[in-house]
Amino acid sequence: MTDIAGAIRVTLCLAAVTTLCLLVIATPVGWWLSRSRNLLKDIVTAVVALPIILPPTVLGFYLLVAMGPKSPLMDLLHPFGIRTLNFSFAGLVIGSIVYSLPFAVQPIRNAFESLGQRPLDVAATLRASPFDAFFTVALPMARKGFLTAALLVFAHTVGEFGVVLMIGGAIPGKTEVVSIRIWQMVEQLDWPNAHRLAGGLLIFAFGVLLSLLLIDRRWSAKHD
Amino acid sequence: MIDVALRGSTGGFTLDAAFSVPAQGVTAIWGPSGSGKTTLLRAIAGLTRLEGHVRIGDDIWQDGKRFTPVHKRRVGYVFQEASLLPHLSVRGNLDFARRRNGGLDVNDTLIDRLKLRPLLGRSVGRLSGGERQRVALARTLMSAPEILLMDEPLSSLDGEAKAEIVPMIASLSRDTGLAILYVSHDAYEVERLADRTLRLSKGRIIDTPEADFPAQLEGLSEAQIRALAEAALKAGIKVS
Repeated sequence: MTDIAGAIRVTLCLAAVTTLCLLVIATPVGWWLSRSRNLLKDIVTAVVALPIILPPTVLGFYLLVAMGPKSPLMDLLHPFGIRTLNFSFAGLVIGSIVYSLPFAVQPIRNAFESLGQRPLDVAATLRASPFDAFFTVALPMARKGFLTAALLVFAHTVGEFGVVLMIGGAIPGKTEVVSIRIWQMVEQLDWPNAHRLAGGLLIFAFGVLLSLLLIDRRWSAKHD
Repeated sequence: MIDVALRGSTGGFTLDAAFSVPAQGVTAIWGPSGSGKTTLLRAIAGLTRLEGHVRIGDDIWQDGKRFTPVHKRRVGYVFQEASLLPHLSVRGNLDFARRRNGGLDVNDTLIDRLKLRPLLGRSVGRLSGGERQRVALARTLMSAPEILLMDEPLSSLDGEAKAEIVPMIASLSRDTGLAILYVSHDAYEVERLADRTLRLSKGRIIDTPEADFPAQLEGLSEAQIRALAEAALKAGIKVS
């Protein structure tokens, strides 16, 4: 049973860290995408959406190569004594960030787009600098997008399988997450425990979706 | 003096307007819809960037060399439709302006004057159209503007709400000496409020309105012009 607890701990840590990192990364990206009108915007939009289309194994393969000892990216980390990020928790976090990027950027971008220009114009005429207006008007008005992004990323990271298997290698207590644990239980014909874990994930997923709906309803009621 | 000369195109519309009026009292900017009133007002505030100059008293907001960003202009802007920040209460909206402008102390009288005290705790979603514009007006005034730009602030209100707010604006301008540029196409508001009127047509300020009437017929169908002429005849107007 200890390896189940370990898998759950790794999964929750991974999802929490990934969610925090992605909220920070997706905010400027989503803001920029919502405000600019050029070809670069379309290219970035396509790149950000790639992880939705790509099979996780393809994404995992490229990440494996990029974070491997022969990658030029890893050369940059050699001075810090790091030769590879594969099969480490840090590597898992990076993989999860890439894999869930669209789930963070899209809701945040939509929320920023639906603001329109008016509230920012209003803030400017009340002497709020663009920086000030971003934090006191744009962010609070887009909070629903941030909540949606956080829930989606957290849930999507918990549900990851292909990418974490490729770059994590399923080391118990370190890179083995719940979804991989379930797979191994089934392989070992340990169906009772597989049931338990799978049922837990099912309830979790349902809870996430239900809370998304409830948040949505609460917020729309408030704005009528 | 308020000295403005702005020209440029936004979205297929060309504005080329210049005027100079005293920096006191209400100057109405009057013209049909599509004549560029909103574009002109936005450009004065710096929300839309056009070529030219904007000088308010001793302050130069824009000329050939410099362009002061909106948030550094002491401008007040009352928008046509709802412009209250929806994530803040009425009090929150007023504080938003007050906090960024050194917390002026005229505010309490302002709140009473615009009859806002009972509304302070409300969420802005629960205000009527008239209440919303009164809050917007108070909020703008709390930002201590040098000049107040009002873009058809009453156009979405019913007659009763209008009749309540028009005297408030009139007395504000009279008592505080604040210069107001008031955009409207409503003859009643202009007559009640304006100390002087600028006419805007197709992006230009018209100095001699009578001479320009024939130009205003442009775009009307022959049937419409004939109907106008017939109405004039019926009213007993004869052209020599």
